[in-house]
Amino acid sequence: MAKKDFYPLLIIIAGLVLFPLLIRGNEYFITILVFWGINAIIAMGLCLLMGYAGQISLGHAAFFGLGAYSSGILTAKYALSPIWGIIWGITLAGGIAYLVGKPTLRLKGHYMAVATLGIGEIFYIIFNELIPLTGGPSGLSGIPLLTIGGESLEGLKFFYLVWIVLLLLLIFSLNLINSRIGRAWRAIHGSELGALTLGIDVARYKLQIFVLSAIYAALAGSLYAHFVTFISPSSFSLMFSILLLMMVVIGGAETLWGALLGAGVLTLLPEYLRGLEDFEVLAYGAILMVVLLFMPRGILFAIKKMLWRSKE
Amino acid sequence: MDLISQLCQYLFTGLTLGSIYALVALGFTMIYGATGIINLAQGEFVMLGGLIMVFSSTVLHLPLFLAFIFTVIVVTLLGALFERLAIHPLKNASLITLIMITLAGSILFRGGAMFIWGKDPYGLPAFSGDRPWYLWGATIQPQIFWVLGITGGAVLGIGLFFSRTLTGKAMIACACNPLAARLLGINVWKLVLLSFALSAALGAIAGIIITPITLMEYDRGPMLALKGFSAAVLGGLGSSMGAVVAGFLIGLIESLGAGLISSGYKDALALLVLLIVLWLKPSGILGSAEESALKKF
Repeated sequence: MAKKDFYPLLIIIAGLVLFPLLIRGNEYFITILVFWGINAIIAMGLCLLMGYAGQISLGHAAFFGLGAYSSGILTAKYALSPIWGIIWGITLAGGIAYLVGKPTLRLKGHYMAVATLGIGEIFYIIFNELIPLTGGPSGLSGIPLLTIGGESLEGLKFFYLVWIVLLLLLIFSLNLINSRIGRAWRAIHGSELGALTLGIDVARYKLQIFVLSAIYAALAGSLYAHFVTFISPSSFSLMFSILLLMMVVIGGAETLWGALLGAGVLTLLPEYLRGLEDFEVLAYGAILMVVLLFMPRGILFAIKKMLWRSKE
Repeated sequence: MDLISQLCQYLFTGLTLGSIYALVALGFTMIYGATGIINLAQGEFVMLGGLIMVFSSTVLHLPLFLAFIFTVIVVTLLGALFERLAIHPLKNASLITLIMITLAGSILFRGGAMFIWGKDPYGLPAFSGDRPWYLWGATIQPQIFWVLGITGGAVLGIGLFFSRTLTGKAMIACACNPLAARLLGINVWKLVLLSFALSAALGAIAGIIITPITLMEYDRGPMLALKGFSAAVLGGLGSSMGAVVAGFLIGLIESLGAGLISSGYKDALALLVLLIVLWLKPSGILGSAEESALKKF
């Protein structure tokens, strides 16, 4: 982990400690922050894949869905404990990411985009059509809450679980970035040919990060399923994959902190716009457009630039 | 109904769907050629074409031909405006940011359409009556022939534009290598504007001719964009004729898959074919491997 990452980490930890004092049991706010945490876990994986290794994916909603449905089906229909749901979700998503990643990662740019998009849509259709298992479009209900030591986690407790998982993954990812592996990813991002001449096994590293980001998404999916206790395919559509991409880009794909921020902005924004009713979609589109127009490198970069300027 | 008439029915449905996908794919290809951007708002042009056509023929009471022209002009202007306000100011941004901005644009168009027309689907009377034709036992709406004819005309027009006019040739040059094109004195940004205007026009035409068959509502865009994008990639991205062929192919696979195998999995089937083609031949059906190695994104 680099030195400059310590302070933001400390701020997050301080925020987590002070959090209960700030919100005073406001359930609605806790729920939104749980969603922020869940989205941030996926966005982080996607940021590693996109911002660092330079590979695009338009299908991460599928891995999110695989995690959620594995957890949901195993616990609600086969009465396994949620821990097994999470483990199977991760294994399944990781395995599928490995299998489809192998041929897909040979593709470049737009071809990779459309291939991952196709994978995402195929799983979306499977979630819809495999009615005996998934419940189809009407969804899967009765997913139990997570329990640790006989205590079921909801509200504030679940919030802490999600954010501690997020924090651990963040520290893991920050260390990864500054390791041999992270440097290899960045080399691949810069130039695949260049990376190859340096003796980097490009195909292996790309597959590794693809599988890793799928595992992040699946873990987030399992957490999501055990939090909302009801899942339906509409949460795992192409729109969600694109929203994830948007989180990374809006926050700033160059650092993991950008992805965290972007996940927060795009989780909170719709909540604030809800009061506009018919205007909601219009306002949402307009805000995204303005942010991208004036901060093409992401919000985090824009803030940094402003701070530099004020220092001078 | 025996198998022949069923097949005939699916064939015509597939060709109709394919026409629309082909037009959308052609729009994608054009903008991609000029800019390297995948314009995710491409499906919204189709939606706007359909809804503005409904508006101009039922509210403004324009005759069919005038309504057609009026709609195409309005959507073309919207496309040009979109390029001027959203794409042009971001000359130096990364490609992924530009692609995201087209996505923001698509949400904006969708939000605007929902605000103006609401969430209900709108219909349009067929161009020349509803009395179906019968062919080997299959029932064929006359509108299908309008769809096929107009699509054919549009594709031919685009083909002639690329091969016979200087502007069209400049556009091909720009798609091959923007820097070299600029060195030869081609105004690349003018061509970018033109590419957005032309693909908006193509989208509008697709929307106008398909609305009498499938109705149109504000959120139809993304699914059309997905299919059109798949077709554009399958055709090798950058090859206009490839995009058209792939568009028809996807339409046919979809309708045959829905009829003969399972209607629930029809989209999955088309996408599976797409994936397999990409895995086996990463540069698309009609694209060349050499060319795709040169593409920057």
